[in-house]
Amino acid sequence: MRPRTPSSPWIMLGPSLALLFVFVVLPVGLAVYESFFQWDLLTDPIYVQTDNYRALAERRELLHIVWRTLSFSVMVVAGAMSLGLGLAMLLNRRGRLFAFARAAIFSAYVVSWVAVALLFMWLLDADHGVFAAMLKVLHLPRFGFFADPNTALATLAGVTVWKIAGYAMVVFLAGLQSVPPSLLEAAALDGAGRFSQFRFVIWPLLRPTASFVATTSLVISFQTFDVVRIMTQGGPANATSLFVYAIYEQVFLDLSVGKASAITVVFFVVLVAVTSLQLRFWSARARSERRT
Amino acid sequence: MSPRTGYLVRMGLACAAALVWLAPYAWMVTTSFKPLAEVLEHPAALVPKSPTAAAYREVFSALPVGHYMLVTLVMAVSIALLQIALALPAGYALAKLHFAGRRLAFGLVLACLLVPAQVTFVPVFLLFAKVGLVNTMPALVLPFAVSALGTFMVRQALMSVPDEIIEAARLDGASEAIIIYRILGPVLAPTLVSLFLVSFVFHYNDYFWPLVMTTNDDVRTLPLGVALLREQGTGMRWHIVMAGNVILSLPVMLLFAAAQRHLVRGVGGRA
Repeated sequence: MRPRTPSSPWIMLGPSLALLFVFVVLPVGLAVYESFFQWDLLTDPIYVQTDNYRALAERRELLHIVWRTLSFSVMVVAGAMSLGLGLAMLLNRRGRLFAFARAAIFSAYVVSWVAVALLFMWLLDADHGVFAAMLKVLHLPRFGFFADPNTALATLAGVTVWKIAGYAMVVFLAGLQSVPPSLLEAAALDGAGRFSQFRFVIWPLLRPTASFVATTSLVISFQTFDVVRIMTQGGPANATSLFVYAIYEQVFLDLSVGKASAITVVFFVVLVAVTSLQLRFWSARARSERRT
Repeated sequence: MSPRTGYLVRMGLACAAALVWLAPYAWMVTTSFKPLAEVLEHPAALVPKSPTAAAYREVFSALPVGHYMLVTLVMAVSIALLQIALALPAGYALAKLHFAGRRLAFGLVLACLLVPAQVTFVPVFLLFAKVGLVNTMPALVLPFAVSALGTFMVRQALMSVPDEIIEAARLDGASEAIIIYRILGPVLAPTLVSLFLVSFVFHYNDYFWPLVMTTNDDVRTLPLGVALLREQGTGMRWHIVMAGNVILSLPVMLLFAAAQRHLVRGVGGRA
């Protein structure tokens, strides 16, 4: 029998490319386009040039959103990476207890954000929560995690770290597989202590893994919405209004499509810029490491 | 420090770490079985004095739980299956066929990895509103029918599958569709199972997209419903919210218990 000629690759790619175009490429273009209009969804859109951007810049609204999201991301990325790495080093052992601890920690990554947000909202509730009950037993004063603008953002970051540290941990555990035990034994024979082993053997080999965890947790932190919507609605005094929540607020609460689109465009630009800066930082570090 | 003490310290720390992640669940479950008085007086008590399923009855009377659950499962399963059905041929073309424009097509898939749903939701919502698809299942499923990440994963997995398998099948007269779904599908089973599970769990849990694409109960999903419990003013009646949380979390927790390895591998990790 004569082998058939393969059908056109474009038939196989067609559905995927068409859907990606309609739901990813086109919307990015539309967001840019709509950011030059003023539109309340009810009346016709009005072309306003760059007014949306100017309004956001003038009242420093945008600057605050960028700053807030970046500080939140720094807390989440630093927390998830250090905790994930620490837990991976701690639990990288055979045995039931360690396997159980790993499963318990990773499970938080699998449970829905809604459940986690509601759970911690109650645990940390200033009047009826578990934490409040513990403070009372210890005769310590009442503490409102969500009352103070400074603690509210850090609290959301803490909950996010609790949720994703297990993810960072399993990725670091996979990375630790690339560290040959013979190398650690050789280092130990040369008199390297635990810290030197980590610093000079494990960490250089883990660098690609660390870069991957840093990028993914940065992207997760930039997309944060659920905990904000459920736990704080952006409050108190806008202290927790991160990028995605700010966009949501503009469209669905203020019915301002143009402004929402302008924030979306800036969000996308900042996301791409921060991600590529971060990747550059990690690859530059890897190069300087190789030189020394 | 002797190796023995070192090991004991490590075990102690492992227990402490597990506790930090398990204690919140324990409080969630136990509180869902408490009556209101106990919730308020002894929020931290781990065993309810007079256990009751009243909170669950409240949840079932406040929300159409069955309907929400059905919508959520249909949505998440449809998305996961569509992603696999579409990623296989696309990944096959990108990995195994030579044609003009392949690099461009692959570049487009990679570029789409950079664009999260949070960037596209405003224009997509407006597009759906224009064609009257807000509050319908297609609005929840179609935007995720193609996963750039899934296509990328399938393509990478296919790169390490030898061409001989495909050539032998062609010589036997197999059509491209048969090669893709009947021959390469089973070869990629581990990748596809991980892809299915990760995608299912993500979309079962997803709050953001259903929230912005629905305005009524027709296709509202369970995470929205449970969040709604709180918004509808349960006030200090946290046991009701925790009961909703348990109902919401139970299916994914069971799935996690059954398929932990696949899920962990799906996110690029090791358990």
